[in-house]
Amino acid sequence: MASRNLLTSTLGLLEGPQTLGKGVGFWSGFLVVLALACAYPLFADGYDVGNNVYFFNWAFMALGLSLIWGYGGALSFGQTAFFGVAGYAYGVLTINIGDAYGLTFVSLIAAVGLSALFAAVLGYFLFFGRISGVFLGIVTLSVTLVLERFMSQTAGPEWAIGSARLNGFNGMGGMPSLTIPWPGGDIVLYPDVTLYYLTLALLVIVYLALRMLVNSRFGNVLVAIRENPQRAEMLGYDIRRYQLGAFVVGSGLAGLSGVLYTAWGNYITPSSMGMSAAALPVVWVAVGGRSDLTTTLFGTLLVLAGFQYLTIYGSQYALVVMGFLLVVTILAAPSGIFITVGSLFSKGLRRRLARERS
Amino acid sequence: MDFLSGLFSFLYQTGDAFAFLVLSACGLAVIFGMMGVINLAHGEFILCGAYVSTTAARMGLPLPLSICLGAIVAGLVGMLLERAIIRHLYSRPLDTIVVTWGISMIATQGTLILLGSSIAGTGTPFGSFAVGGYGYSVYRLVLMLAAVATLAGLWLIFTRTRFGILARATIQVPHIAEALGVNTSLIYSLTFGLGAALAGLCGGLYAPTMTLVPTMGSAFVVEAFVTVVVGGADIFLGTAPAAAILAFVKAGLTSWQGQLAGQIGLLVAVIVVIRILPRGLTGFILRERA
Repeated sequence: MASRNLLTSTLGLLEGPQTLGKGVGFWSGFLVVLALACAYPLFADGYDVGNNVYFFNWAFMALGLSLIWGYGGALSFGQTAFFGVAGYAYGVLTINIGDAYGLTFVSLIAAVGLSALFAAVLGYFLFFGRISGVFLGIVTLSVTLVLERFMSQTAGPEWAIGSARLNGFNGMGGMPSLTIPWPGGDIVLYPDVTLYYLTLALLVIVYLALRMLVNSRFGNVLVAIRENPQRAEMLGYDIRRYQLGAFVVGSGLAGLSGVLYTAWGNYITPSSMGMSAAALPVVWVAVGGRSDLTTTLFGTLLVLAGFQYLTIYGSQYALVVMGFLLVVTILAAPSGIFITVGSLFSKGLRRRLARERS
Repeated sequence: MDFLSGLFSFLYQTGDAFAFLVLSACGLAVIFGMMGVINLAHGEFILCGAYVSTTAARMGLPLPLSICLGAIVAGLVGMLLERAIIRHLYSRPLDTIVVTWGISMIATQGTLILLGSSIAGTGTPFGSFAVGGYGYSVYRLVLMLAAVATLAGLWLIFTRTRFGILARATIQVPHIAEALGVNTSLIYSLTFGLGAALAGLCGGLYAPTMTLVPTMGSAFVVEAFVTVVVGGADIFLGTAPAAAILAFVKAGLTSWQGQLAGQIGLLVAVIVVIRILPRGLTGFILRERA
């Protein structure tokens, strides 16, 4: 009986004060969207489906940034550092230990763990040094820029870990895709329908898990810290631990993005940690509405789709448009376009907006 | 003799790093120290200064004048941006950093679209001299002098001119300054313009030594950020000593392990320093004095 109570109370965290959307309406909408996403490969070419996994790959980083920045109020501009660290770690590990026996998934977990560890070390210095506000942003940004420069100069043959050459500015390639061991022949997850379903499943799990996390005690304290750090501290919470926790989880998600991206394209370059790469997650999260997981997710996918469209029809203008989008969003709809526009129609959103403004 | 030439080499490198840190950071430090705004488009003001001064120099204007022109143009662009965008966000400091990042994306990519992937440079003037078998660039010595002159100039501006007094008053208690008849919004504009002009000056000064590409600003920003973070809010008590200390660290690591080790060492030094001195050197010095 106790375990059933635990189960229902855990599932009850799927909706709560920190997430938009509740009740039958929202969840049936959720199921419809999920069903559409599941049905999509039936109507499309396998090649296109594989390419579109790309969009999902980035969503993890965006959700992580939403947790750190939107919920925790700590600007981290260096999420791409963890993306890159995990991507390179996955490459180095898989090239060295191969893809048999499901070792690619071991590498995935190890790479994500490594990026989370890196975040924990960096976060210790930042949060326990009580760095906040703008300084946090520029230190994390500096970290990713320095990592980019470091990886860019690893072109020579002396820069190899085991049999994996880092290849400097040109980037590292040739790592195997994720591979599921299967009796009668491994299933290699090339960018195709199978990988699509795997990534979609991961995304749904992460989304629901984050919903539970932010509605739990941890998430509520995190939001209290965002609203007023002194007050949260006076109430007896060690705000450093909570912020560090959010930072590690969010950065681990950025690492997951990095691994999925590297395994998807069998390729990673230092420019994935550069200035414009670092700016993009900030754009996605800010435009959709950083203070909510659902708006972040939709905003990210929408902006990514727009970016992709622009890259095809006028690649050089894509970044300019992203910059404009960011400036306009911050000036006109600081809580994000979805939340601001939605508040014209919904009472819940209006209340949330008022709360954020105050 | 070997020892002396080695010492000279080290001092030269330290001075060079100091000049680089001071010049690249002071514009950022003025804007941050005075207004609490971190200008992520800092690199693009440097870019602006470099492009304008190089273009002017190639059209026949003497180098010092073209550098000044670069600084002035960058300053005007800065004031324009402050009027148009930044001023709406003073109550939301965290959003200014995001907005300036958006501006930086537009500027970098816009330059790439309008002016192509690079423009022709001017070449480093003045040639070089030799000490103990190693060649040194004379222009680097000019840069060191320029860094010291910039610091001195800023000190004069903030302590000896009417603008400086009004700016400091505005920064301390904005509404009292306003009540006493100071046009605070003009002061904010001018301060932002001054910071942008300093960035442009840095760009103009370093333009002859670098390849001019639209992303050249990012070669400066990490060092600039790091210096401001270590220094804290005050440019004289913070930025200048921070630049001196960091230059020493950077030159030492660079001559020991190479360029990149210098940069990484700088970053590690910063992360350790903020753990110990969260408010930077400024906070440390002011607390000692108080």
